Amino acid sequence: YAPAAKGPLGYYTDEALTPRRDAASYNNFYEFGTGKTDPAAYAHEMTVDPWSIEVDGEVAKPGKLHLEDILSRYPLEERIYRLRCVEAWSMVIPWVGFPLSALLAEFQPTSKARYVAFRTLYRKGEMRGTRSFTSSLDWPYREGLRLDEAMHPLTLLAVGNYGKTLPNQHGAPLRLVVPWKYGYKSIKSIVRITLTEKQPATSWNMSQPREYGFYSNVNPNVDHPRWSQKHERRLPGSLFKPNRIETLMFNGYEEQVASLYAGMDLKKHY
Amino acid sequence: MPFAWLLYGAFAGGLGPDPAKTVILQTGEWALRFLLLTLAVSPLRRISGWYWPMRLRRMLGLFAFFYACVHLASFCQFYTGWDAGRLLEELAERPYITVGALAWVLLLPLAITSTHAMQRRLGRNWRRLHRLVYPALLLACVHLAWQVRSDYGEALVYGVFAALLLGYRWFAGRRSRQ
Repeated sequence: YAPAAKGPLGYYTDEALTPRRDAASYNNFYEFGTGKTDPAAYAHEMTVDPWSIEVDGEVAKPGKLHLEDILSRYPLEERIYRLRCVEAWSMVIPWVGFPLSALLAEFQPTSKARYVAFRTLYRKGEMRGTRSFTSSLDWPYREGLRLDEAMHPLTLLAVGNYGKTLPNQHGAPLRLVVPWKYGYKSIKSIVRITLTEKQPATSWNMSQPREYGFYSNVNPNVDHPRWSQKHERRLPGSLFKPNRIETLMFNGYEEQVASLYAGMDLKKHY
Repeated sequence: MPFAWLLYGAFAGGLGPDPAKTVILQTGEWALRFLLLTLAVSPLRRISGWYWPMRLRRMLGLFAFFYACVHLASFCQFYTGWDAGRLLEELAERPYITVGALAWVLLLPLAITSTHAMQRRLGRNWRRLHRLVYPALLLACVHLAWQVRSDYGEALVYGVFAALLLGYRWFAGRRSRQ
């Protein structure tokens, strides 16, 4: 794969990488439990081979893609992105993947297509978190983007990180990475992509609409109702050095993405 | 001792990439567990007739307060850096933090008056004062439940134990009045 390109596009940052071990042991992947170490402990129970993705909805050529075809068809490149979780912690992760726009273009979105809806695998037998009786999330996990957000060059479909194949807890074998939005928008272990005319329903928004909006852009000026979004803890931290830093508008990708939201009230469309 | 385990983890680097959060979470949970254990003592004595649990009650209560203090101190240290302005902002803007801080404030006089000497000096008022532990427990449960993102399981388990212990007293109190 091609190494991360330095320059003004936002594909690269020289901030210190979060060590691979830390990134792989501290995850939110509620299909495997709500604890930060649950995904690392239980995601291996998920079968990721064979894997295919179905693309349907408002496209001229709906169809199914096998993982092998995806891997051979799109040239892979590295991107070093900041990842900002809605829970006010962040990491810097080198991803390996290809722009989502390349895949979508191939299926030829129709003129009606305005949004893209994504779905995570839902396999109860292999995902112990989905068997919880006390969870307010509705499975399968769903996320969505506006088509122009999905086609933005920063929006990546990742198949690896740290130069290796994605570990299951990071959303193997294929996940989305949208670096200017809160982490939960970057949906993991994708099995279906549907282009739609109307704004699709998304999991966190369905569960707590007041706390998680459809856009979920990283925004230090709009607090989560239960905590502040002005700062974040850059991980790993230590007890003596908590690494508390200021959160940047659009997670520091303002230059690249602000134009997508020109004229929008981001307090209303949080 | 869970605290020793945390200290060990802190120095051996076993608390993961977000040790501040791990410490805050663990000390908070232990404070709540010890609070529940403290309140389980007198029902256990009444039901079983044993007296020995009563001798542990003061210690359990002080453990609860100890963990609540470490919990609060680690919050101040790791989340606010002991910046008074930031602390006030958190207290004012995050209702779950307000509620948690209030629970600690209610426990403070109980810890101060936990000695035999204070118990004798306050007499009947000592018992009345120590009823503050009930609202403190309720606030601690609200503090936990308010932080749930999607899965209510854990908060529910603590809530059920708290409800059992408070409910037992309510029923016992009603029966003795009749």
